[in-house]
Amino acid sequence: MKIINSITFILSFALICFSLLSFADVVSLRGHNPLDEEAKIPTLKRWQHDREPIARNYLQQPPIIPHKIHRYTIDRRSNKCLTCHSWRSYKESGATKISLTHFRDRDGNELSSVAPRRYFCTQCHVPQVEAPPLIENQFTPVDSLTQE
Amino acid sequence: MTEETQANIIKRTWQLLCHPCTTKSLLSLLSMGFVAGIIFWGGFNTAMEATNNETFCISCHEMEENVYQEYKQTIHYMNRTGVRATCPDCHVPKEWVHKFVRKIQASNELYHKMLGSIDTPEKFEAKRLELAKHVWASMKKTDSRECRNCHDYESMDYGEQSRRSSRLHQKGFSNGQTCIDCHKGIAHQLPYMDEATHKETGL
Repeated sequence: MKIINSITFILSFALICFSLLSFADVVSLRGHNPLDEEAKIPTLKRWQHDREPIARNYLQQPPIIPHKIHRYTIDRRSNKCLTCHSWRSYKESGATKISLTHFRDRDGNELSSVAPRRYFCTQCHVPQVEAPPLIENQFTPVDSLTQE
Repeated sequence: MTEETQANIIKRTWQLLCHPCTTKSLLSLLSMGFVAGIIFWGGFNTAMEATNNETFCISCHEMEENVYQEYKQTIHYMNRTGVRATCPDCHVPKEWVHKFVRKIQASNELYHKMLGSIDTPEKFEAKRLELAKHVWASMKKTDSRECRNCHDYESMDYGEQSRRSSRLHQKGFSNGQTCIDCHKGIAHQLPYMDEATHKETGL
């Protein structure tokens, strides 16, 4: 009888421990996901299609790219963005031309073509996907940038 | 065999070919010719088709290591709908006469294969602009015929296209432009271009 009692005690203790453990799951930055379950795969976000230029939120903001740039090559040999946005082609293509500031190198010299430090467009300019913001914020542009 | 008897055999064969055949009927001669024709023509076309696929193209390391690796990163290799355009789809015409002409031109490629003109990535890179210009020129000359095997501007629904492509396609086609005028470097990497080449190619 004593043996049965002690076995029951051990078993129930183990059960309580187990249930407590399962409540105390590790919460990581990737979200709440028990180790023994497969993580939910986030849905693939789609790049937004062409639209009108997107207004800036603050003065120094690099304008956001209002179209898809999937498979556009920007490397030492060629820059797909510049085929439309360069000063040579912007009129014909109807694209926004790159800013004059992009011709100035880090020593303040004005160059005749895009400065190397401004060559890799996507370091500052990015396209958008239709995704809810990860963290809520109440930022509003200054009055001078607000469009009526 | 002496030289004299050899010359004799050639002479006799030639005489046999030039005289009417007296032992075979005209029908059997014609049928033999017909069958021989099928075998020859079929064999010729089969051999030509054997050189007209991706496996054959990339059996040369020049193609496999350079252009094929670049092509594998592009939309003509992998895309949403799973339609793939392989090497000959773009680089060899579909129509027989044009295809035959292109195959004869390819003997120049064999010659350079033997010379080893582009047998290292460095050599290929040095020649990339020149080679690209050849392809651009021939595409321009044929009004991008190989592109149009799949992409025909008459079948394009501009309403389905995005703002930019719809506008630029209509503008380009009405100005008499052809696919290759804008769509360069879509299946392989673009060459390094200086300002002058940029102006010349419109890129």
